[in-house]
This record gives sequence, structure tokens and C-alpha cells, in this order.
Amino acid sequence: MKSSVIVFPGSNCDRDIAVALEKFKIKNQMVWHNDANLPKSDLVVLPGGFSYGDYLRTGCIASKSRIIDEIINHTKKGGLLLGICNGFQILTETGLLPGILLRNKELKFISKNVFLKVTNLDNNFCHNYKKKNIIKLHIAHNEGNYFANNDLLKKLEDQNLIAFKYSDRNGNINDNTNPNGSSNNIAGILNSEKNILGMMPHPERMIEPLLSGEDGSLMFESLFNKK
Amino acid sequence: MKISAIVTLKKEVLDPQGKVVNQTLKNMGYKNISDVRQGKYFEIELDEKDPIKCKEIAEQICKKLLSNTVIENYKINIG
Repeated sequence: MKSSVIVFPGSNCDRDIAVALEKFKIKNQMVWHNDANLPKSDLVVLPGGFSYGDYLRTGCIASKSRIIDEIINHTKKGGLLLGICNGFQILTETGLLPGILLRNKELKFISKNVFLKVTNLDNNFCHNYKKKNIIKLHIAHNEGNYFANNDLLKKLEDQNLIAFKYSDRNGNINDNTNPNGSSNNIAGILNSEKNILGMMPHPERMIEPLLSGEDGSLMFESLFNKK
Repeated sequence: MKISAIVTLKKEVLDPQGKVVNQTLKNMGYKNISDVRQGKYFEIELDEKDPIKCKEIAEQICKKLLSNTVIENYKINIG
């Protein structure tokens, strides 16, 4: 399995995700945002960070990068695309995923571990979470408040396109377990074809039991053992 | 020609910054303020003299870059 991590000016989780991918035997290469060609990849990752200093709107300037057309072609052919944190913001700005990420409801940068319920197990990113569907991952963002209008929320719920929801350790999902004001506690969503996942939490920060936890490992194992 | 664009959040979208400004103004003694919404303002110099073409270009750039129409509205002024 081959992956490409796209590096934008201001990306700061690109090395972390590369380490995670390599740990799980995914052969990775770094790709500069201004490259015209995407190397042959099964998976493309848009990493976390603050691309272009979050100018205009988070992820907005990066969504106009030269490499983006290549990435869109990659997904049209069924290739996998994962956007984490700023990567998720870039995905909504390109229109590859619906909705948008607004500033956190309380206007504060949030950096902490949160519990999540994996609400869709039937995709290449999450099928390994059948073993464990309430997990702990780290979030670190200022604009993680997922906003969707009522029609879109209904579509996401009806078609089961929500991958993760903020919960408590028992999987309860309510306002008290919502860190940033996201509609329906949404932490990550899939496109209709389920080959694109955008998520605010950082799975790449939970791959070492000694340092943090291993709940991110299950995602990389899922990717390596594609369905 | 000079064009300007104002981008504001749609009514149904929560504007926490606007809310804080509103509350602060109230704390400062402006009791008769009922609402504040924060937006963005752009001034653009265009090498184009035809106002109809200017309007067309302004519409495009507002849609494609300056606003995200999922959550924002824009207003264009020409000249």
C-alpha cells in the first residue's frame, strides 16, 4: 500500500502522519502542494496544521493549490483520501465533503483528549474499529465546529455518512460531550462513496501506548488491511 | 475600476465573535444595541473599465474564493 502526504506552507502534522503510516507498513512519500503530479498512491492524506496561516477561512487558500485537481482525479478513480484537522477543513473548502468547520462555539482553542463513538464501521478507514467502537483521540483546533444545515444533517444521518461523533467513555452522545458546538456532535464524515474521510481528531497522535494510546492504530491497520 | 465586496455570515449561522462584540458594547453602556454581526470587507483594483464585466468578475471571485456560500452571503459594490 502506498500513500502520499501533501505538505502545504503551514502544515505541522505532516511528519507525525508520515511516521504513523510507516509504522503500519504503508509506503509513504511527501508531496509538495505546488507539484503538478501526484505519485501513484492508494491513499492521499491532507495533514493537520495551519495552512497559509488560516488566512481568509481555514483551509480555503490550500483548497486552491495546484495538486488539488490531481487529488480530485485520484478520488474519482476510487482512491482513498483522508483529511485530518486542517485537512478536513481543506476538504470542505474544496467541496469534496459537504458542510464547513466554524470557530469553536466558546471561541477557544481546544487541545485535549476526547472520547468518540465510531458510528460507521463499514468503510476502509474504520472497519477495524469493530473490535472497539468507543475510542479516545486527541483534538487540537480552533475551528472544529462542524456546521451543516438541517437538510444536509438529515442526509448524513439517513445515509450513515457520519464516521465519528463526540461522546463520553460509555458512548453517550449529547450536548455535554460536545467540545466545540458541532452539529449532532459530528467529529468526522465520509462522502457517499466512502472513499473520502474528513475528521477533526488526530489518529496519528495515538499510535504509541507508552506516549498516548493506541486507538489511532486501529485506523492505520484498517487502511493497511483494506476491506 | 475599483470594486468592493462585503462578506457576512448567513442569518442562521452562529456568529460567536459578533455576539461577544454585542455583549461588550452592552457592558460599555450601549444598552440600546440589539444585535451585532461581524463580516469581512475587500477592496479590489481591477484593470477593466466595463462595469458589466467588472460585476461578472466580482461575482465569480466572491463565489469561488472570497466567500463560502454554505455559510456566507456577499454584496458587491462597483466604482
